[in-house]
Amino acid sequence: MDERRFKKRTIFLILYLVFAILPVYWMINMSFKTNEEILSTFSLWPQHFTWAHYKTIFTDESWYSGYINSMIYVAINTVISLAVALPAAYAFSRYSFLGDKHVFFWLLTNRMTPPAVFLLPFFQLYTTLGLMDTHVAVALAHLLFNVPLAVWILEGFMSGIPREIDETAYIDGYSFPRFFLTIFVPLIKAGIGVAAFFCFMFSWVELLMARTLTSVDAKPIVAVMTRTVSASGMDWGVLAAAGVLTIVPGAIVIWFVRHYIAKGFAMGRV
Amino acid sequence: MFEWMAWTTPVAIFFTCIVLMLIGMTVWEIKSPTVQRKGWLPIATTRGDRLFIGLVSAAYVNLAFVAVSEKMIVWFGLEQEPSIWISFVLSMLLLGLILRKG
Amino acid sequence: MKPVNQKAWLLILPVVLCVAFSAILPLMTVVNYSVQDIISPERRVFVGTEWFKAVMRDDDLQGALLRQMGFSISVLLVEIPLGIALALSMPAKGWKSSAVLVLVAISLLIPWNVVGTIWQIYGRTDIGLLGATLAKLGFEYSYTGNATHAWLTVLLMDVWHWTPLVALLCYAGLRAIPDAYYQAASIDGASKFAVFRYIQLPKLRGVLMIAVLLRFMDSFMIYTEPFVLTGGGPGNATTFLSQYLTQKAVGQFDLGPAAAFSLIYFLIILLLCFILYNWMQRVGTRDNSGGNHG
Repeated sequence: MDERRFKKRTIFLILYLVFAILPVYWMINMSFKTNEEILSTFSLWPQHFTWAHYKTIFTDESWYSGYINSMIYVAINTVISLAVALPAAYAFSRYSFLGDKHVFFWLLTNRMTPPAVFLLPFFQLYTTLGLMDTHVAVALAHLLFNVPLAVWILEGFMSGIPREIDETAYIDGYSFPRFFLTIFVPLIKAGIGVAAFFCFMFSWVELLMARTLTSVDAKPIVAVMTRTVSASGMDWGVLAAAGVLTIVPGAIVIWFVRHYIAKGFAMGRV
Repeated sequence: MFEWMAWTTPVAIFFTCIVLMLIGMTVWEIKSPTVQRKGWLPIATTRGDRLFIGLVSAAYVNLAFVAVSEKMIVWFGLEQEPSIWISFVLSMLLLGLILRKG
Repeated sequence: MKPVNQKAWLLILPVVLCVAFSAILPLMTVVNYSVQDIISPERRVFVGTEWFKAVMRDDDLQGALLRQMGFSISVLLVEIPLGIALALSMPAKGWKSSAVLVLVAISLLIPWNVVGTIWQIYGRTDIGLLGATLAKLGFEYSYTGNATHAWLTVLLMDVWHWTPLVALLCYAGLRAIPDAYYQAASIDGASKFAVFRYIQLPKLRGVLMIAVLLRFMDSFMIYTEPFVLTGGGPGNATTFLSQYLTQKAVGQFDLGPAAAFSLIYFLIILLLCFILYNWMQRVGTRDNSGGNHG
């Protein structure tokens, strides 16, 4: 009985994994086919294996500059998010103060508000500041949902560290900045890594604001991809290759944060 | 500088009221700290929670009123759409009720 | 209890300033826009609640809202049971558990527009595996031409994309159940179903509620994936709230109605957020599982 039950579960799991992997496999498969092969023959693996599409992306400036632009604003955003979120998360996890719960809730609402709501004023605000079509504009706009996320995740991790450690350090005569940087930050390395990963990810995948706030100089890869779809006919091979390349960074990091993914998505609450 | 925000007097008054309320709540909180209590709302609330719930409910009341005000002409045989001030007064009463008894 | 320390405000000040700059100023601007007819930056007319009336009576908006509700509820109905089943069938220990964890999670980490692209390719009858297979089986499948097919494809895409989130949350919840519970159950001779119903499900209540609310709210702001896959079409079969709002705001530049609509959207989210927040607090205080699986 137990043996059969186990098998049923395994079969279900395998079926789901096939369902999960197949679409991704299909895109990887297509990125190695020539365009003629994609449109003419139908095969489960490339018949005429080619690196041509990847070469296109790495040599054509309109493609690779998209990746560079995305990386610049994602990096700026992640650094700012973590820098402001670390002390705030510490405050939330260690002290109670006037209005703490309300500020915390207010932060959550910003993570949950659809970017579409803020699209119009952002457009006006960044035009006024003369920041349109710069990396800084996108990085600042993405702070809206990444800072709250980072605070929530870090607060979850910090609450798991016993408060006695702080007290001992203060008794030993550590000042707050010294204690924070030399003792506390190393203790929550994992949490910082996870928070950085999630900031990176949500900024990397966001399309709406990145597309609206940029036009030429800072155009991110997500926008380049959607415009190529509609403009240059259907260069499916290059599109698939571009898609594969956007997955790679996340796919590499995921192994290191595999145990924390659920915690990150639930904003430190699991 | 703030030209792009397109300020109008009513909105400025609205936000001034909100800010004044926040300052008022802070001062009140320092003078006599709130205690969490259970009223007729399903969760135990502090003063700040009740103010928030009250404000959101008030907004919903006004929206619902705007949504049905056209139909009210037929329902009650009115000559024109009822004024938004009616729902505003209603929503403020609701806010007061939630603050006191919620 | 945490010690009271008002100086903590200094620590959260940077965050407050940062988010205030990108949330409060824009919100005030939206409120301003929503009560004016903005003909040009210099010519603005105060119109009171006109736009709210227009938006609340807009049939297209009500259509989009209904579609959104239908979509979000379908998402929950499919993803929650599937996610629980998946979490129950994932191996608990060893390298297999790690490998499965990573394979399951992979769809969560794909950029949302690439998710759209993947399914755009996957569903095409000429070059996509799914589309071609369905066509071979005799279905006249077309996600660009047939409204029902488009809707189902978007739903399938969302299930593919987000079920892992539900599964991961439940998996984390299941790992937090002490072995002693299972031992007690097996001594009592409890059936698998009884174990699920009386041990696992009650323990999962907290994480499940978070999963439900997160999925509901995230599906409520879905934009990128359908934008890439169907562009909201055919007709407006897959035009959900964010899509509709973006069309109004950026496409037609109807500042007033778009702003009024934004505020209503924001109010809905605010209410949902409040419920989510209270649940998270409750889960956090009931079982302090802060870092027991890290």
